[in-house]
Amino acid sequence: MSVTADHIRDRLIKELAAVHVEVEDTSANRCAASFKVLVVSPQFENKPLLQRHRMVNTCLAEELKEIHAFEQKTLTPEQWKKQNSQ
Amino acid sequence: MNSLFRSAARCLRSGPAVYLPRQTDGRSQWASVRLLCSAADLQKDLGEMVKKDKVVVFMKGTPAQPMCGFSNAVVQILRMHGVDNYAAYNVLEDQDLRQGVKDFSNWPTIPQVYFNGEFVGGCDIFLQMHQNGDLVEELKKLGIRSAVLDAEKESK
Repeated sequence: MSVTADHIRDRLIKELAAVHVEVEDTSANRCAASFKVLVVSPQFENKPLLQRHRMVNTCLAEELKEIHAFEQKTLTPEQWKKQNSQ
Repeated sequence: MNSLFRSAARCLRSGPAVYLPRQTDGRSQWASVRLLCSAADLQKDLGEMVKKDKVVVFMKGTPAQPMCGFSNAVVQILRMHGVDNYAAYNVLEDQDLRQGVKDFSNWPTIPQVYFNGEFVGGCDIFLQMHQNGDLVEELKKLGIRSAVLDAEKESK
């Protein structure tokens, strides 16, 4: 498997100025390359959900070709802080 | 025999629909027709497919028998909201459709949900819309009253 969690994390930080990234390799559940990511980036500010997800998809376009299943959660730093305080 | 079952399961709606397979020689007629059509034709057809019904889902398996956890989640959410009259296309039946719909939506994964011809998102987005109340609003725009509203009324 050439796509790794670290690789994904690096790309998200670099391309989306992500301030916080969590990448979980869920491949074991699915017998195929699968990842679950949480991306926190100020670039998501004022962007609807679909647009945020498309930004992530574009960022990981090459990697997604090899990934079978992909889950993502996209938050702004403010939303992330709010979620943590709850 | 299995393909008969699968094809029957794929006929999810009453009434004519372009891509309901008709059994000819025991194989799905859809599959043989698809071989003759180009990828461009498929893109054009997809454009029509997503507009033909208010709610369209491209999924793995069928609403009666989802073959993937994410596809199942979408089906369950629709069921919770009382939406059971929607078009569901099983991408596992057709590899061209499976790739074609990803190209069409510019979205890498299945399931994919369309409301009124507009791409809504995949399972993650759909789940979040369900959790934050947006789904009820979007269904309202389609002229569909979500069943959860009635459930809420009853509990009050």
